[in-house]
Amino acid sequence: MNKLKALPKPVKLAFWVLLAILAYALPILEPPIISTPGVDFGGVLFVVTMYCLIALGLNIVVGYAGLLDLGYVGFYAVGAYTAAILTSFHANWPLLLSLPFAVAATTIAGLILGAPTLRVRGDYLAIVTLGFGEIIRLVAVNTEWLGDRRGISNIARPPSVMTGEDGGVVVGEAEPGLKGIFEIPHLYWGDGTVLVDTEDTTQFLVFGVLDQIPYYWLGLTVVLLVLLADYLIKNSRVGRAWEATREDEDAAELMGVPTFKFKLLAFATGAFIGGLAGALFASRQSFINPDSFLLLFSILFLAAVVVGGQGNRWGVLVGAFLVAYLPQRFRDFDDFRVLVFGAALVALAILRPEGLFPPRRTVRAKQMEHELEVLETGHDDGEEAARV
Amino acid sequence: MEFDYQFLFSNLPELTITGLAFGAIYALIALGYTMVYGVLQLINFAHSEVFMYGTFATLWTVWALTGTGGGVGGIQLLLILLLGLVMAMATSALIALALERVAYRPLIKKDAPRLIALISAIGASFVLAELMGLRDKVTAWVGLDDDLDRYVSGARINQSMASVVNMPDVNIGGLSIKTVDLLVIAAAIAMMVIVDQFVRRSKLGRGIRATAQDQETAALMGVNPTRTIQYTFLIGGLMAGAAAFLYMLKIETTKFDVGFLLGVKAFTAAVLGGIGNLRGALLGGLVLGVAENWGQALFGGEWRHVVAFVLLVVILLFRPTGLLGESLGKARV
Repeated sequence: MNKLKALPKPVKLAFWVLLAILAYALPILEPPIISTPGVDFGGVLFVVTMYCLIALGLNIVVGYAGLLDLGYVGFYAVGAYTAAILTSFHANWPLLLSLPFAVAATTIAGLILGAPTLRVRGDYLAIVTLGFGEIIRLVAVNTEWLGDRRGISNIARPPSVMTGEDGGVVVGEAEPGLKGIFEIPHLYWGDGTVLVDTEDTTQFLVFGVLDQIPYYWLGLTVVLLVLLADYLIKNSRVGRAWEATREDEDAAELMGVPTFKFKLLAFATGAFIGGLAGALFASRQSFINPDSFLLLFSILFLAAVVVGGQGNRWGVLVGAFLVAYLPQRFRDFDDFRVLVFGAALVALAILRPEGLFPPRRTVRAKQMEHELEVLETGHDDGEEAARV
Repeated sequence: MEFDYQFLFSNLPELTITGLAFGAIYALIALGYTMVYGVLQLINFAHSEVFMYGTFATLWTVWALTGTGGGVGGIQLLLILLLGLVMAMATSALIALALERVAYRPLIKKDAPRLIALISAIGASFVLAELMGLRDKVTAWVGLDDDLDRYVSGARINQSMASVVNMPDVNIGGLSIKTVDLLVIAAAIAMMVIVDQFVRRSKLGRGIRATAQDQETAALMGVNPTRTIQYTFLIGGLMAGAAAFLYMLKIETTKFDVGFLLGVKAFTAAVLGGIGNLRGALLGGLVLGVAENWGQALFGGEWRHVVAFVLLVVILLFRPTGLLGESLGKARV
C-alpha cells in the first residue's frame, strides 16, 4: 500500500483506471478460478455490487458515525417496495422516474426513525433499529396493499438501449426481437487455451431476463459513483464531524459539533444508499416478497462492514465481496455454507479484531498507544499488539 | 385492520395468564443477556442458541425415558420432569461455558472493539444453530446415524414430544387456567428470585457486581475477572436451560432455529426492563409477554411481533434506559 502511495500521480491514476476496466470486464473474462461454477457469474457479481453498495452505506452509519444499526435491511426494503409499488403494483412508472422517489422515501424513513431513536445510547439503538427492520418486514407481510406474503412481481427493469428495426437507436423495455448496439463475446477457458466464444455473447445494455451482466455494469457504476461521493463527504467537515462524534460525543459537542444533527445526517445518508440498493435489487429481481428482507440480511450486512474493517471504505468493499461471493463460489458445500461462514466469522474476529483492513487512523492510534506504554513501563512487552 | 375489543375484554384474565407464561420464559432467557451485558457490555447474540440446545436436551430426555412421551403420571412423571430440567440446565450451561471460552475470552484478552465481539457472537450463533440443523449429516459422517436415527432424523424440521403434563385445568374464581401456565409462571418467578438473591447476597454475586462496576478495581480487590465472567455465563446458561425446559412443557415443539426469534424477544425484554438489571429482566419479560398476547387478541395473530417491537420503541422513547434503569453494578444489598 505504501509503495502504491509513493508512485507518481499519473501512474496512480492509470492504476485505478486499469482496475476499474478490469472490474467492468470481469464477467466477460470469466477467469477460471474466480468464476462460479453452477451459478450465473454475472448474477453473482451483481449481488456482489449490491452488497458493496449496502456496505458503503452502512459504513457511513456504523464506521464513520459509530452508530450500531442492526436493522439496515429495513431501509433496503423501503427502497425496494417503493420502486415496486410505483413501477408495477399501484402505478406504471418507468424505473428511472421511480428511483428518486424510492431514495427519497428511504431517506425520510431514516429521518423519521432517527429523530427519536438517535437520542438513545449505543446498544439501545441496536435493538431499536433491529425492531424497526422487523416491523417493516412484518408490515409488508401483513398488508394487502403491499402485496402481503405473495410479494410484488413485474417490477420495471432499467431502460435498454437497442438497435431498432430501421437501424436507429431505441430506448425502452427490452424486447425479444431487438438486439443491443453491439455484442460482446465472452471468453471460454479450455484446458490451457483461451478462446473467444462468439456463441456466448452479451448484448450491450439490454436489460433482459437471462443475461445479468448489464445489471452488474449498472451496479458497478453506481458503486463507483457512491465511492466518489463517499470520498468527498469523508474528507469534508461532515466526515470529520462524524469521526469526532464517534470517538467522543461529549468532547465533540463541547467543540461545537452539533452531534445530534450529524448523527441524524449519517443515518439519513446511510438510508439513502440502502434505499438505492433496494430499488436496484428489486428492479433486477423483478419480483420481491418479504422473505427478501429477513433480519438475517441485516446481520450479514453488518458482518460485511465489520469484517472488512469498519471506517475504511476499501476494507468494507472487500468485506462485502467476501460475504456475498464466498457462499456462491463454494456452492458445492451448500449444506455447510452457513456453518463455515459462522466459523469464519469467529476465527476472523479472534485473529483480526480490527477487521481485515482497519482504517489508517485506527492503526496509528494503536501504535501511539503502544509507544506510550513502552515509554511508561520502560520495556517492550506487547510487540504483537503494535502490529495489529 | 379490525380491532376485536370484544374478544380482548371478555377473555382478559385468560389472555393475561397465557401472556405471563410466555413472559416468564422471556424473562428467564433475558437474564442471560442482561447479566452478560452488565458485566461485559456485550450483546451475547449466541445466547439464543444456548436456549435452543436446552430445548433439545429436554426433548431427548423425555423421548429416552418415555418412548413416545405421555401416559405417565405420579411419581414417575415427577422424576421425568426433574431429570428433563436437570439435563436442559446442564446442557445449556455447558454450551454457554464453551461459548465464553471459544468465542469471547480471546477477544476480551485482546481488549478488542466491542463490535467485533458482537460479530464473533453472531458467528458462534450460526455455528451452533447449524450444527443442530445438520446433526443428521454430521452423525452420518461419523458413522453413527443408524444408532441415533431417532434423534438425528428430520434435523431441519419441527420435532415434538407428546404432552407430559396432562393435569386438569385449575379453577380459580370461575376462571379455568391451564396447569402448565401456572407451573411455568411459578417456576420462572421462583428461579428469578433465587438468582436475584444470589447476586445480591452471596460472595460470588458481590464479585459479579464488582466486576460489572469496574473490572480493574475489582481485580485489584481480589476478584478473578475471568472466573467471574465464567460464572456469569454459567448462571445465564442455567437459566436459559430452565427456560428451555418450561418452553418445552408449554409448546412441546422445537427446531434448530427456534432460538432466533425467542432470543430477539428476550433481548427486547432485557432492554425493556433496563439492561443489566435483573429485576428489570423479569418485569420486561412479563410486560412484553402480556402486551404481546393482548396485542394478538386485539389486532390478530399476524401482528403479534409488531406489537412487541412497537412497544419497545415507544418505551425507549420515554424511558431511554428501560423501565427500571440499568443497574447490575449499582445494585445495593
